Formats: sequence, structure tokens, C-alpha cells
Amino acid sequence: MPRIVSITLQNTDTARPIIEAITTDNPGAVVHDYPGIVKIDREGSLIIRRASVEERIGRDWDPQELHLSVVSMAGNVDEDDDYFSLAWSH
Amino acid sequence: MNAIGKLGLKQRYALLTRGLDWEPSYQPRDKVFPYAAFEGIKVHDWSKWEDPFRLTMDAYWKFQAEKERKLYAVLDSFAQNNGQLGLTDARYVNAIKLFLTGVSPLEYQAHRGFAHTGRHLPGIGPRIAAQMQSLDELRHVQTQVHTISHYNKFFDGFHDWQHMHDRVWYLSVPKSFFDDARTGGPFEFMIAIGFSFEYVLTNLLFVPFMSGAAYNGDLATVTFGFSAQSDESRHMTLGIEVIKFLLEQDPDNLPIVQKWVDKWFWRGHRVLGLVAMMMDYMLPRKIMSWREAWDIYFTEAGGSLFEDLARYGLRPPRYADVATAEAEHISHQNWAIFYQYTHAAAFHTWLPSDEEMDWLSEKYPNTFDKYYRPRLEMWREMEKEGKRFYNNGLPQLCTTCQIPMGYTEPGDPGTICFRTSEFRGETYHFCSDGCKDIFDDEPEKFAQSWLPVHQIFQGNCGGASVEDVLRWYRMNLGADNMDQAGSPDQRQWDAWMEARRRVAG
Repeated sequence: MPRIVSITLQNTDTARPIIEAITTDNPGAVVHDYPGIVKIDREGSLIIRRASVEERIGRDWDPQELHLSVVSMAGNVDEDDDYFSLAWSH
Repeated sequence: MNAIGKLGLKQRYALLTRGLDWEPSYQPRDKVFPYAAFEGIKVHDWSKWEDPFRLTMDAYWKFQAEKERKLYAVLDSFAQNNGQLGLTDARYVNAIKLFLTGVSPLEYQAHRGFAHTGRHLPGIGPRIAAQMQSLDELRHVQTQVHTISHYNKFFDGFHDWQHMHDRVWYLSVPKSFFDDARTGGPFEFMIAIGFSFEYVLTNLLFVPFMSGAAYNGDLATVTFGFSAQSDESRHMTLGIEVIKFLLEQDPDNLPIVQKWVDKWFWRGHRVLGLVAMMMDYMLPRKIMSWREAWDIYFTEAGGSLFEDLARYGLRPPRYADVATAEAEHISHQNWAIFYQYTHAAAFHTWLPSDEEMDWLSEKYPNTFDKYYRPRLEMWREMEKEGKRFYNNGLPQLCTTCQIPMGYTEPGDPGTICFRTSEFRGETYHFCSDGCKDIFDDEPEKFAQSWLPVHQIFQGNCGGASVEDVLRWYRMNLGADNMDQAGSPDQRQWDAWMEARRRVAG
């Protein structure tokens, strides 16, 4: 069975540049639109990069701002100042 | 402060947790943490704990304050602008009645449970994470009480939700679930709520349901739901970290943790049957069937998770296959129970329309037309003849999940499933092998269950007639209960819609 990691974000103005950064930085990511939310799945791992989001919103962005938009996730979390990532480790 | 500013996130968080911990000197550790040993869990080195989310207190308050500002602006606006008029249909409110009276009090239980656990876990990392979760859960119940307050101005069934939560027969299902978790030890609580409920099952509660609210014009519920859910992902990572940590610490923990995973998966599956019914029968505009939600959030997401945990020897929960097979049946069986007992519930019921039945046929090609449509059509005929079917007996309840014994045998949807156990000369009844196993493992605990039907027969619920009991529940008879058609809710809604048509000309 494919090991899917997943992140679900609200479908809002704040979240859309993050969604765009994810789809650009994670080839093969599959985007599902549901009412009010967007669920992004990818096999194995998925990363959100600070630089990619900042490029799109034109200001500093702290990866912890993700807390304002996230709805759900699947996978083990690793977060630091420059990224937030999800992966199945084994 | 400048020096702090230069530290990386991981260092800052380590200072908050490890840096603020201390060794007690006035009392020995086992007196400070008296509940840490009795469950048999062995922890050799708490410093091996990996923090899931690294949210320092300043960031925590900053982000939570931002969430609250957004949330209350929307709730206030919803109230000011009579947002309830924008709902798809008055029937929708019944789903919210069930959610706000059944689930919202659990947020408060979670607040208390995590406060207690946060106090009693000997490791500083999980203690801080549990403390933050406790504060989150208090925030969640507050936001939901504000939503209750608004809906209560316009619709029936919300007026005494706390009183009802401790008494009403179907609300005892979610209540007893959390009572069971909170009366376990701190490690069982973390596996029960942190792992099994938050990580494995909460997506099935919040995500499809809040998306359903978004699809049905319920801005208030969408807003509190997604605001809560943004904390939930932090809670999920705490849950997965706890289970990995316990399994890494000592191989003797595996059988204990496995038993809890089996127990709490099954208990959660039973509680979520209420959500199954909300999704398949109660949302006027439906987003996905329970079966589809189960496939996405349990079979697919849970499959990846348990594959990841297999390296510790943990297997997927026992009876996961039975639960997956039940996803074809459970919403239909639950709605049938509530339809029969509509006189005793503080929300309204109805029979699905032709279009809705066709949707159910399409979503449940293996089961709906064969087992459930004929019964609904028969009840519709009976309604037309003026013989609307009410079940006037009191149902036998499962001692573990407290749900009326309306479920069927695995693989045989024509036969009701009954299981029994003997304990201290008494016979106890169960709806499934999953519920029987849970009782058999802790009979002293479950023999004390406050079962609503038993309590009625023992004379502890206000009197001998159904009406006496409903008054003791503080239900407004003829307003809170019975069918949606003809209810004060429906009359009020029709008047609003008529006024709107007049204004529109």
C-alpha cells in the first residue's frame, strides 16, 4: 500500500499561498478540494519551505503561522525555523 | 532577550521544557507522581522524548489570540446578521443539536483530562504538551457554548445541554466514552484520547462534518470547527509521539499499549456511529458518505500509520476489519433507532426523500436497497396511513458502549448481534465482540456503568412513564422531540422563508 502523508488546510486567503508553495515544492502532490478545505496528499513525505511561502506573500513568514490555517495532517512532523515537514519514517 | 532571539526553534523549545524542569527534593518522585506506575508502563529515560510541535509559550499565546480574534469576529457577525437564515434547510440544525449537545461537553472533559494527565506524567516534555492541550480544549468548549447560545435563541433542544448530557439515553454514549478514558491512568488516557481518538479517529468527526457545515451555510460551526481543528493537528502529533515513545522505552509496554489501542479504537468507532448518521441522513447537502469518509480517514490514513508503527510490533486494532465492514451499515441502523425513538430525543427526525434515498443507493450499492430502503419505504407508507411507527418499549443497551442493541452480526445483516458475559452472578449484554472483550478485561469497572435504561427501570429517572422521564431530562415535550415536520422549528423556518419570498416579491 502507498504510504501517503497528508496535510489539510483551510481554503482561505491566508492558506492559498501556502497551498501553492506546497504544490510547487512537492512534485507528485495530489490536491483534493472539499467545501471549505483543501487536502494535499503525497507518497512518503511533504515539505513546506519558509522561503517558498515568503516569495509568494512578499513578507517574512514563520512556518509556525501554519497553525492558523491547518485542519489536519497525517505523518510524523518535523519543524524548524525554515521548514515544516511530514514523513513516514520507516 | 537578544540572546534568546538568536536561538533556533529547537533550542528555544528545549529551554522551555528541559530548562524549566527540576528534580523534587522535599518529596520522592513516586510521591510527586503517584499514578505513574500502577498501569505497568515502564519508562527508563524521559529525556528520550521527542517533542512533536515545538510551540513556545510566547508563540502559543500569539497564535491562539489570533485564532480567537478571527473566530469571535465571525461568530459575532453570524449573530448580528441572522446567519441562521442562510442555512440550507431547517433540518440541518438537528445535526448541530446532536453535535453541540453530544460532542461539545466532551471538549470540557478533554480539558479536565489533559489537565490531570499534564499534572501526573513524570516527563516534562509531554507534561507541557498536555498542559497546552488542556488549555486548547477549554477554548474549544467556550467557542461551542457561544454557538449554542446563538442557536438557542431560534431553535429548540439547546436550552439545557449540560443537564441533558448527564442524563439523556443517547448522550450517555459519548459521555461514558470520556468518563471511561478519564478514569483510566495517565498513560491509558494518552493512548485513548491522544492517540486513538485524536490521531486515528478525530478526522472522521471534524473534517467531513465541518466541511459539511461549510456546504450547508453554517458559518458558526465552520468557524469554531476549523478553529478547534487547527489545535487538533498539534494534538494528533502529541498522540503519535506518545505511542512511539512508550513502545521505544520498553518491550513490556507493547502488550499493554496494544490492548489500549484495541479497546479505544473500538470504543471510538461506536461513538462515531452518531457522526455516520449525521453525514448520511442529516446534512441537507451532503459532501461524502460515511463509507467514503471511512475509506479516506481510516483505511488509507490509518493504514499508513499502522504500517509505520509495525516496526514496534504493534498491529492494527483488533476488529478493524469488522468496523470497516460495518461502515456499510452503521448510519442506516443508527438513523432507524432514532426514527423509532423520536419521541424521546431532543432533536427531530424524518424519512429521507426519494432523491436522498437514491443518493444512499448510489453510495451504498451493496447494502442500502437490499436491507434499508424497504424498511424506510414501509415506514413512509405507515406515515401516509396515519400510523407513524414509534417504538414504545425501552431498548436493551450494550453495557460497554451504551448504544441500544440494534446492530447486526458481522456478515449477516438480517440477525441482531447479541453477546453476553457473566460476572459475580449477573448477566451483562453486549452489541458486539469488541464491546464484550472490553468488558471481560475490566468487569469491575464496567459493572458500575450508569446505563440509562436500567436507571429508568430502577426508578432513578423521574418516574415510571416515558413522559416522566423526558420531563426529568428537562425536554420541552412537543417542541424538542418528535418529527421535523410539524415541529415549532419547522413552522418558524417556514415563516422566515415565506417572509423572504414576500420581500423578494
